[in-house]
Amino acid sequence: MSADQSVLKSGATLAFIAAVCTALVAATYQATADRIAANEKALLEQSLQPAIGGLMFEGSVSESRLDIQPPHGLPGNDTAIVYRLYAGAEPVGALFAVTAPDGFSGPIRVLVGVAADGNVSGVRILQHRETPGYGDSIDSSRSDWVYQFTGRSLGNPVVAQWELRVDGGDFDQLTGASITPRAVLKAIREVLVYFEANREALFTQPATEEEQ
Amino acid sequence: MAGSLIERLQHGLWRDNPGLVQLLGLCPLLAVTTTFINGLGLGVATLIVLAMSNALVSATRRWIRQEIRIPIYVLIIASLVTCIELMFKAWFPALDRSLGIFIPLIVTNCAIVARAEVFASRNPVAPSIVDGIGMGAGFAMLLMAIGAFRELIGQASILSRLDMITGGEPFAGLSFADRGLLLAILPPGAFFALALAVAAKNAIDRKRQPMNRTSVWRREQLLGKDNS
Repeated sequence: MSADQSVLKSGATLAFIAAVCTALVAATYQATADRIAANEKALLEQSLQPAIGGLMFEGSVSESRLDIQPPHGLPGNDTAIVYRLYAGAEPVGALFAVTAPDGFSGPIRVLVGVAADGNVSGVRILQHRETPGYGDSIDSSRSDWVYQFTGRSLGNPVVAQWELRVDGGDFDQLTGASITPRAVLKAIREVLVYFEANREALFTQPATEEEQ
Repeated sequence: MAGSLIERLQHGLWRDNPGLVQLLGLCPLLAVTTTFINGLGLGVATLIVLAMSNALVSATRRWIRQEIRIPIYVLIIASLVTCIELMFKAWFPALDRSLGIFIPLIVTNCAIVARAEVFASRNPVAPSIVDGIGMGAGFAMLLMAIGAFRELIGQASILSRLDMITGGEPFAGLSFADRGLLLAILPPGAFFALALAVAAKNAIDRKRQPMNRTSVWRREQLLGKDNS
């Protein structure tokens, strides 16, 4: 066999094995895709649960997703994701996954749940890199700090009082950290202001199609 | 035939255990063994990949040319690992999240390509599968042993997060003390645990066979026959 033939034969073997392997992976993907999508949806809904608080709603949270492109007036300069909750056609509340851009060590992903009447139904920190032992107390697994927002709204207290006590407002700060809670508080306030201004439009827009 | 297959199994499980003797695949071994369940998960995934890759490499060995064998091993192993990863994501999503990157990284476990090269490419399918099962089980048992050891010492519990395999509510594990020795959970704990496992294996081997022929011969050489 000449050198050329040998290269061709090796190439053909490789191509054949690659095709078989690809078929194997494709078949496994086909067999598992639905289950994986369902698992991911369940995980998403589970992570949204704490911000829903006691709101009673119908249907699936993740199917009412609305992506709002910047500039949107919400915290952060990236796409804000809103999950809307309905009971029948009646809006019950909305969950905002937004980015507070001014954390102490980079952006903080915050999930803010707002009931249709404007009350905060729950706040959770989705992702942060704040200092362990100080700023990380915003995380509900570290301290109760985020629970103080539940049930509050823009009238309770008035907008001007939506500040930390150290800044003359109504909300507790954290010992040893002021930048971190200030960033989170500001994000919650901005979400509430946005919600009040855009309530109608927010609940009537069609859900964003998920890109495949 | 059956006897040699059993001997194959013994090789993987004990005599040539990939973790204890060949010290292969240490990266996942050290990284994920913080709990017994994690060790079990990665161990079983590695076992399945190893047995199947040995089977495929052995089945195709006659028409695979020497020069392209390594890319073909990589193709086969990578495809198998991708399939296993998809299956974990579908049926054991929590375990998949817990093991994270270490499932796709099974591809880089040199124990697998080593068995393909050293054994499966030179032997028929049946012994190759048995070899894969033996080596995979040896590796899995070491992962479980180290995982259980680190969990017992570090968290003073066992079987925590069993729910990742069985489903249902999060299970905190059978706890028998408030807190353990944190060091065992931290990365150095993995090295200590592995060192203890290797030492234990050597001690057991020495006890079973007080002095094997090589060491007698070497002692005779070093000390002269009279002194031994």
